[in-house]
Amino acid sequence: MNMYLIGALVFWLAAWALNVWLSNLKPTRLTKLLVPVIFGITLLVIWEWVVRGLEVKAVLLPPPSMIGTAFVNNIPTLWADFVQTFIKGALSGYFIGCGAAFITAIAIDRSPFLQKGLLPVGNFVAALPIIGMAPILVMWFGFGWQSKAAVVVIMVFFPMLVNTVQGMQAQTAMQRDLMRTYAASYPQKLLKLRLPAAAPFIFNGLKISTTLALIGAIVAEFFGSPTVGMGFRISTEVGRLALDMVWAEIVVAAIAGSAFYGVVALLEKATTFWHPSQRGQD
Amino acid sequence: MKRMWAKFGPVVTVVIAIFALWYVMAVVMNANWAYDKAARADVDLGFNELVVDTWSQKKPRLPAPHQVAVELWNTTVMKSITSKRSLVFHAWITLSSTLLGFAMGAVLGILLAVGIVHNKAMNLSVMPWVIASQTIPILAIAPMIIVVLNAVGISGLVPKAVISMYLSFFPVVVGMVKGLRAPDAMQMDQMRTWNASKWTTFWALRWPSSVPYLFPSLKIGVAAALVGAIVAELPTGAVRGLGARLLAGSYYGQTIQIWSALLMAAALAAGLVMIIGQIEKVTLRKMGMNR
Repeated sequence: MNMYLIGALVFWLAAWALNVWLSNLKPTRLTKLLVPVIFGITLLVIWEWVVRGLEVKAVLLPPPSMIGTAFVNNIPTLWADFVQTFIKGALSGYFIGCGAAFITAIAIDRSPFLQKGLLPVGNFVAALPIIGMAPILVMWFGFGWQSKAAVVVIMVFFPMLVNTVQGMQAQTAMQRDLMRTYAASYPQKLLKLRLPAAAPFIFNGLKISTTLALIGAIVAEFFGSPTVGMGFRISTEVGRLALDMVWAEIVVAAIAGSAFYGVVALLEKATTFWHPSQRGQD
Repeated sequence: MKRMWAKFGPVVTVVIAIFALWYVMAVVMNANWAYDKAARADVDLGFNELVVDTWSQKKPRLPAPHQVAVELWNTTVMKSITSKRSLVFHAWITLSSTLLGFAMGAVLGILLAVGIVHNKAMNLSVMPWVIASQTIPILAIAPMIIVVLNAVGISGLVPKAVISMYLSFFPVVVGMVKGLRAPDAMQMDQMRTWNASKWTTFWALRWPSSVPYLFPSLKIGVAAALVGAIVAELPTGAVRGLGARLLAGSYYGQTIQIWSALLMAAALAAGLVMIIGQIEKVTLRKMGMNR
């Protein structure tokens, strides 16, 4: 037997036992944080040692340490790709798409007819493989970041629209009656009741859209891009079998995706702290 | 009649509006090329000729709906389904890996959910990572998975199905965890007073009460699986499948082919979601849970 494999097995058993012991303690903030972290570290260690133990070739699956080295050595390239794909493509598309969907939702808010018509269509479109529009949009808007932003706009528009429209209807009859007794005007009703009541739905749409935006921007680059960008780098480095670089790019994508999601989640916590879905947690 | 209108009227209106907008956009977007051609042939282009030309170009920037419909008809009904030019053939390639991946993803999702609900350590350690795994744009690493599995000697259906699986397991896990936890304290207490084993509690209470949560997750999962299968077909050199049709179309500027592949994918997605919806209806009615 191989020392690395035995080491991996022992480490796994030890970490598992530690986690079981931790999760049987009284749940505190520390254990809630510690348990998933230990689990993640265990996965990394097992990966490292199993790859070394079985002598898996680096062109198939590089060990985490090699990926880390590639990451550190290529920070300028990775940063350029990140700016091209995330800041220029994904973020601008995200703001335009979510903003347009939000405005559309408010615009059709006063027409039940349009709502009844757009909601099923929006729901239908949200389930479609919209990413397939990417080649068409690349053809229309060229290889630059504009076409990526366009793909992102289309991808986030419908989930955002459906969520916002649903949220705008999320008040109780009692609350509506109260607004009536106050003789509230339409803008007052919108600002004081309907938008706040819709906030959890709107943030749900915003959170779903974060992941979609990054996916859209990266996949759109497979259909044509300038010689910079995360999707471009992934497809070319796969072609050169430089898998450590591909994985480094994935690490960037993972960090960017998680951070993007985290920022929106924090924003939600800060603005809808009064809502029952946010209270009563920890 | 009035009730029919109330139910379908708005949707039909919106759909008609979309098609009208599509035709108008086709004129606007293809006008440049039409004027270009007319200028070179030295003819004056009236409005009627312009419309006719923009709706019948060979490689338009935006094909008109009827052009796509004709292409769809030609590539589905008019070709034998074993032909490589048949869209049905490509759709089947994509569908088969979608279904395999979806089945694997659903099973994996349900198993993970059962583990998470019954094991405290697993709940604390795995659940955060399941959620984190979805903030990673997994579609981006689809090409790598394909190439690596190819290098090991696994090719064809399985690598594509793996990507579909990864995309479809997440909604199932989240929905099932919610569903398996749906029984309230009263019902769990009832099980305890009967001295029911964990096994019985699972089959008699937790599993049935999770079914209404399972189906909506399956609908999301199957749509995601289809997206995964299409994207997974991009890096393999674009030989077979709807994703390959998209890529080949974009290489050669065959916009009509892209749009027809896109509509085929849309029809597949809609069909799959509808089938699951029907199964949901029947199952819930048999279980007496029909709303």
